[in-house]
Amino acid sequence: MNETLLQVKHLQTNFYTENGVVKAVNDVSFAIREGETVCIVGESGCGKSITALSLMQLIPENGKVEGGEINFSGKNLLDLSKKDIRRLRGNEIGMIFQEPMTSLNPVFTIGEQMIEPIQEHLLLSKKDAYKKAMELITMLGIPNAEKIVNLYPHELSGGMLQRIMIAIALSCNPKLIIADEPTTALDVTIQAQILDLLRDIKKEFNTSMLLITHDLGVVAEMADYVVVMYAGKVVEEGPVLELFKNPQHPYTKGLLKAKPVIGERKDRLYTIAGQVPNLVDLHEACYFADRCEHAMDICRMKQPVLTEIAKGQKAACWLYEDGENR
Amino acid sequence: MSEALLEVQNLKKYYSASKGMFKKFGDSVKAVDGVSFTIEKGEVFGLVGESGSGKSTIGKTILRLHEKTDGDVMFKGKDVFSLSRKELRQLRVQTQLVFQDPFSSLNPRLRVGDAIGEAMVEHGLVSKREVRERVLEVMDKCGLSPFHIDRYPHEFSGGQRQRIVIARAMALNPEFIVMDEPVAALDVSIQAQIINLFSDLQRENGLSYLFISHDLSVVEHLCTKIAIMYLGNIVELAPKEELFDHPLHPYTKALLSAIPIPDPTAKRERIILTGDIPSPINPPSGCKFRTRCPMATDLCAEKAPDYREAGAGHFVACHYV
Repeated sequence: MNETLLQVKHLQTNFYTENGVVKAVNDVSFAIREGETVCIVGESGCGKSITALSLMQLIPENGKVEGGEINFSGKNLLDLSKKDIRRLRGNEIGMIFQEPMTSLNPVFTIGEQMIEPIQEHLLLSKKDAYKKAMELITMLGIPNAEKIVNLYPHELSGGMLQRIMIAIALSCNPKLIIADEPTTALDVTIQAQILDLLRDIKKEFNTSMLLITHDLGVVAEMADYVVVMYAGKVVEEGPVLELFKNPQHPYTKGLLKAKPVIGERKDRLYTIAGQVPNLVDLHEACYFADRCEHAMDICRMKQPVLTEIAKGQKAACWLYEDGENR
Repeated sequence: MSEALLEVQNLKKYYSASKGMFKKFGDSVKAVDGVSFTIEKGEVFGLVGESGSGKSTIGKTILRLHEKTDGDVMFKGKDVFSLSRKELRQLRVQTQLVFQDPFSSLNPRLRVGDAIGEAMVEHGLVSKREVRERVLEVMDKCGLSPFHIDRYPHEFSGGQRQRIVIARAMALNPEFIVMDEPVAALDVSIQAQIINLFSDLQRENGLSYLFISHDLSVVEHLCTKIAIMYLGNIVELAPKEELFDHPLHPYTKALLSAIPIPDPTAKRERIILTGDIPSPINPPSGCKFRTRCPMATDLCAEKAPDYREAGAGHFVACHYV
């Protein structure tokens, strides 16, 4: 088995708001091995994006990483100085965001924005950096590299810009790419192109990937290992085949059943009643209990712990705890 | 016996692109470029396409929120574009619109009850005294609780706001609703709730929908007939089963194969289209899809394919079908 590249242990990220403390990421642990694609899947507000931002320490000002460890190739990222983290971002860890239109600076050309991180991190001359940028653009299947580098972001389509973002993320040969909903803003046919591209990159460079998404279809296509989050917590995790074949947590089951699938013609869709709880002032309980079909007394009193249920598959649910473990 | 509720004949809507900074005289964006379809009473008609295909423009033009450039739209046998003021007001009651973003389609200063009731009073459907009762009735139908009536939109989540928008549309007892990506902004678990609500309302009230979406899986679930659009034209139109089981147009096939399926063991042939959607200001000659089509030939560049019936109720525009 490949070596572990990133190990997140008991990560805790809190936001201080007028209404109280929001535990956006609440005791989250997972690991990514070399060459592996891990998908974090969940609905809005479940903490998936904040988990990604916590890794890079790009949390908005009213938020704070308040506990846990992020071990990345032998270092705990939470111990690093601002300067060291800066050196890491875009160098060893590349990041791709959801909105390629807003991730690039509108007043600089594509070329300028690509060359800057290459010069900064790889310490190349401007001329060599330019050459490297051209290579990357061509590699990502964008025609007319010479023309593209002189264009401004508004002159390119969303799909093209996302390719540029991927090129920038790849430019310093990162060991890990964090992609936060990289295809959500794109059309289906363009999404297929970008997913294909990400798969090729993974194959060619053996890059590890942390893919954040809400789309179970994308998860099924891309992931090796899946982490399902709900209300700041990991509720289930496991290898992709097992998780889709045999989901354990009622939330995972519900998500899979609620999504309409091409070719499956049902009369009604399965629904998960109610809505995501407010993350302020959560008390000790399973946060999913209010929406769960199987909720028992204990679910409303005590938080279940993530435990191994089947081989390699973990879930945090009282349904799978025998009397002795309670 | 089914009857046509809405008939669209060769509808065109061009926007002038010659204003502002880019003064190239005579340029126009052909957002909708000759589209024909019929929606029958009680039918849920799906309109699918990627961004810029003109699907939202159709939705707005058939309700006369935009003026047409050319073509005909008949609602219940009457030409929508030659209605008198009085008849147009009536059309505003019979037809409703639900947009994608429930955050921007509600007035933040209006309480939920007022937002839902305002149009009912305006159109004289109920007296001011009865309005609250009627609002509560509609809210109940749409899955909102009575205590929500005096709250403001910001107190609600996206899914619940969409319920408010739907209640507002339902309050007028319309016959036809245009839904423009009504679930695109919602999470999966909430999306399923709203989709079921659409089915229930449609069945109970015998409504007809024009359901605009980019998501084929949602359309397959909800619609009875589906049209696929590309750059302002319908490239294929067929009853749901026919379209999904026997897609004919290469674009439809590619779209179907591009949708990620939530099953990691699913094996299928992927058709990955290369390139981007061309600009509607300067679309390719002949068949507009030819620049991305894996089957394109010289003929496709010379001549636009006819939109014709390839099987019973199955229309397609391609030279090689």
